[in-house]
Amino acid sequence: MALDSKIPNGPIADKWTNYKDHINLVNPANKRNLDVIVVGTGLAGGSAAATLAELGYNVKAFCFQDSPRRAHSIAAQGGINAAKNYQGDGDSTFRLFYDTVKGGDYRAREANVHRLAEVSTNIIDQCVAQGVPLAREYGGLLDNRSFGGALVSRTFYARGQTGQQLLLGAYSAMNRQIGRGKIKMHNRHEMLDLVIVNGKARGIIARNLITGEIERHSAHAVVIASGGYGNVFFLSTNAMGSNATAAWKIHKKGAFFANPCYTQIHPTCIPVSGDHQSKLTLMSESLRNDGRIWVPAKLEDAQAIRDGKKKPTELTEEERDYYLERRYPAFGNLVPRDVASRAAKERCDAGYGVNKTGEAVYLDFAAAIQRYGKEQVLIRHLDANDKELIIKLGTEVVSNKYGNLFQMYYKIVDEDPYKTPMMIYPAVHYTMGGTWVDYNLQTTIPGCFSIGESNFSDHGANRLGASALMQGLADGYFVLPYTIGDYLSPDIKMGPISTDLPEFAEAEKNVKDQIDRFMNTNGTHSVDYFHRKLGKIMWDKVGMARNEQGLNEAISEISALREAFYKDVKIPGVANGFNQELEKATRVADFLELGELFAKDALHRNESCGGHFREEYQTPEGEAQRDDENFAYVAAWEYTGKPSDAILHKENLVFDNVKLVQRNYK
Amino acid sequence: MAKSALLKSSIAKKVAMALSGIFLMLFLAQHFFINMTSVFSADTFNSISHFMGNNPLVQYVIQPILILGVIFHFIMGIVLELKNRSARPISYAKNNGAANSSWSSRNMIITGAVIFAFLGVHFYDFWFPEMVYKYVDVNPLNEARYFHELVAKFESPVRTALYSVSFILLSLHLWHGFNSSMQSVGFNNKYSVALHKLGYVFAIVVPFGFIFIALFHHFNH
Amino acid sequence: MKLTLKIWRQKNAQDKGAMVDYQIDGIEPDMSFLEMLDVFNQDLMGKGGEPVAFDHDCREGICGMCSLYINGEAHGPDRGVTTCQLHMRMFKDGDTITIEPFRAAAFPVIKDLVVNRSAFDRIQHAGGFISVNTSGKTVDANAIPIKKEDADKAFDAASCIGCGACVATCKNSSAMLFVAAKVSQYALLPQGRLEATDRVLNMVAQMDAEGFGNCTNTGACEVECPKGISLENIARMNREYLSASLKG
Repeated sequence: MALDSKIPNGPIADKWTNYKDHINLVNPANKRNLDVIVVGTGLAGGSAAATLAELGYNVKAFCFQDSPRRAHSIAAQGGINAAKNYQGDGDSTFRLFYDTVKGGDYRAREANVHRLAEVSTNIIDQCVAQGVPLAREYGGLLDNRSFGGALVSRTFYARGQTGQQLLLGAYSAMNRQIGRGKIKMHNRHEMLDLVIVNGKARGIIARNLITGEIERHSAHAVVIASGGYGNVFFLSTNAMGSNATAAWKIHKKGAFFANPCYTQIHPTCIPVSGDHQSKLTLMSESLRNDGRIWVPAKLEDAQAIRDGKKKPTELTEEERDYYLERRYPAFGNLVPRDVASRAAKERCDAGYGVNKTGEAVYLDFAAAIQRYGKEQVLIRHLDANDKELIIKLGTEVVSNKYGNLFQMYYKIVDEDPYKTPMMIYPAVHYTMGGTWVDYNLQTTIPGCFSIGESNFSDHGANRLGASALMQGLADGYFVLPYTIGDYLSPDIKMGPISTDLPEFAEAEKNVKDQIDRFMNTNGTHSVDYFHRKLGKIMWDKVGMARNEQGLNEAISEISALREAFYKDVKIPGVANGFNQELEKATRVADFLELGELFAKDALHRNESCGGHFREEYQTPEGEAQRDDENFAYVAAWEYTGKPSDAILHKENLVFDNVKLVQRNYK
Repeated sequence: MAKSALLKSSIAKKVAMALSGIFLMLFLAQHFFINMTSVFSADTFNSISHFMGNNPLVQYVIQPILILGVIFHFIMGIVLELKNRSARPISYAKNNGAANSSWSSRNMIITGAVIFAFLGVHFYDFWFPEMVYKYVDVNPLNEARYFHELVAKFESPVRTALYSVSFILLSLHLWHGFNSSMQSVGFNNKYSVALHKLGYVFAIVVPFGFIFIALFHHFNH
Repeated sequence: MKLTLKIWRQKNAQDKGAMVDYQIDGIEPDMSFLEMLDVFNQDLMGKGGEPVAFDHDCREGICGMCSLYINGEAHGPDRGVTTCQLHMRMFKDGDTITIEPFRAAAFPVIKDLVVNRSAFDRIQHAGGFISVNTSGKTVDANAIPIKKEDADKAFDAASCIGCGACVATCKNSSAMLFVAAKVSQYALLPQGRLEATDRVLNMVAQMDAEGFGNCTNTGACEVECPKGISLENIARMNREYLSASLKG
């Protein structure tokens, strides 16, 4: 099967407009006759559900949480990009497009990214109209901040809770439609399979997580907006419930899975504190605007700090190595996430790490506090020699900007980041890979769409900060509502789809069989036991740096672990009731397959790019070395029964508007 | 108005509770000032009491409103308490209310009930005899009798003690009630801090002033 | 650390439920409260027991999924945090910790410590939105200047995570803080003023219909709210409601 990305013809700046001008539309009266299922209620799913319902479709929305408002988009902190150029610093649609393609290490599809940049400005208008309280300046206009990988200030934000505010905006739009009866909301439901009738996605099988009932739901199209698969690593910044099941189930039913190895390791997370660790907490990338990252310059100092014999504040400037500023003078602490993460790992691997585990670097605000304090002293005409006053005023400024993050750090680590530098370490955060979709956001299964983090389309091999929120909302509010109409237009006379079709019965039976199998295995280990083991394999061998040998080992280890899981997992409780262990089991079962494909993808990609770093492919300075000649393609994998036997399909990436160069942040 | 179901909604009940409370506090304030005159001058006290006792507006308009206000405030308090209890059918095995709220705010129903019971005693002591004096026996006007009646009542140590205890509970009731009523009618702004302090002053000065008056007459006559 | 846990166990919505005592050892002060429960559950399963069900998701204090009434307080003894951000260093070796679900008639128990908070969603359906179409064809975002002070206040109100601690902690199980936060957010913004009258009337009507108790201004909600939502919002909603009632 040849992959057809269905990119419209014409100059890149006109593609989306031309496309919209020529697609088939469904008239409002007919939209009432069409049902759409949306799985997931984060920024992408929530905005899609609201918009589709508003257009007139009957939407059935599903989320595993107890309310759509709790989807993990809510945890995004830093901001959302938009090419508004409100700051007049030279931003434009093209520049946002360019930065995103470059930031993605030239592994994204140009046409999709340009469309994203085009609609980015609408998102801000939309959200403000919805009452999202984005940060403002004293003049009453919107404020912006800068973010990693960009030379302009194009990031809109709502303190450190931008994702929350945007999600609540989408949630409010959903509420309006739920109240009108246009969205039927199914909370605490998990999609466990896709139903395909005559080659088209026509419904899902979902488990009611309260009653345990296995339910059939039909629709004319199915939209997967279930987020990323970062939890394959067990420890990540994802929510505990974030899972790949919906995306993986459609993969097993025929949707190709693209670039699973592109995983973003976020540089500024709170380090692991012990074996009990259940998840990792992100500290917004915006902290890098003011924080300086360093490790001790001397190994003996690093050792002394690890042993608790020295404090970081005792080290003089000369005894510190501000390694990002040293290696990348142009971008300094604001290099893109992948670069910053690898640099931290490089220092820690070389023995300069600072917490007990040796896996942490400092993020220091002392200089920022000084700088802001001096500024305030001048503004307020106070004593410029009063050191304590400077620190006090500087601390106030920093607190206004990052107070909630500092408080969060303090609560977790029990150290005051105003007085001693924060400790940070990279952690799995976002997955650029995902279901392969064409320009219409449709997977290789007709009628099955994938939006937001669950698809692969816009971020290439690395996502820039503040772009995930942009993509989720762009897909849901402004892209999918057009493309899905084009797909649905022939179905207007079809009428409701019966859930009594044999395809539903078969899918339901498969789901029930799997659940019965879990309930009856009666093994000796909990689901978490296997999940942690999987996470360790992934982190050690498919993590920030990968090599051929490790990846081969990972593939066979994961395969063996999966076998052990099915033989030896123990699920207490009942299937026909609320059972969190069973929920975890169905999710981990899919991670155990996905992890294997992930490693296989990483193994086949003999280059380093973005979030994928192969130790064999690096420049003499230790930077990632791309191979555009051989790997400028999307790897889309077709499921054939065993993940490591998946068949590779290539979508060659054509760059007409951006020149491929080695990313240079020096 | 229909859409809002103004009289049924929880907020309307809350506002009604607040407004009746504010009205009762105003009454309390004037009662306090009049009684306080008894400490300084028997004649002043007598003349004001005589005015209040014989002015038709006070007697036939304000007095009934006041009595209705008390009854309304009490019944509404009971109604809300019952509704609020039904909102949590299973109570906590362990609840640390002191961690987040004052005792007085959590026990308005108790302080309120005691105050209501006290009002019974108070009516028995002053109001019923007064009504009998004026309207049943139809005694002649006597402008000088009020001070002596007051002093006579506080001869008894038991009654004086009972009044004093009741006023302490009134203080607790006001401690929360004053500021709560402001919040209920939507008054929460930059003046609130000052008003809160005023509320606490009111909650202490008025009840303890009453106690002072009772003790003053008990020990001085 | 060695602890005694008193935990509410209830098989399902129909079951009567009861407090059950457990012992646990080997808890470290750096663990979060939920990690302690993870360890406890693994231990319990190892002994053939059924793990304690509790809601949780993001584990960084923002999704509002976690709940728990710990030692008599919503989200436990710490301030400004959700249960998932509560750390065991708040407790001492040998402590007894009582863990109960959020209690309210409007929050029925699903299992053990898991409750159904859909009542909150239904209140939002009644008016927790601005009726603007999601076409993106609105005015330019900067065409609506908003005073920074108002925008900040609206944000403060909007930072509510909908966890239900206000209801759980209120002696009357009142949802006023939750509803007031949403009403306030929109009341403070020019975009939200247009529908302010209907919004407050409809949301309060739904709140009452859900069986929450009445607010008696104890202020406990503000203290226990992990996001520090201010009582000022309740006063604002009272004002909004009164003026809406007079207009409506």
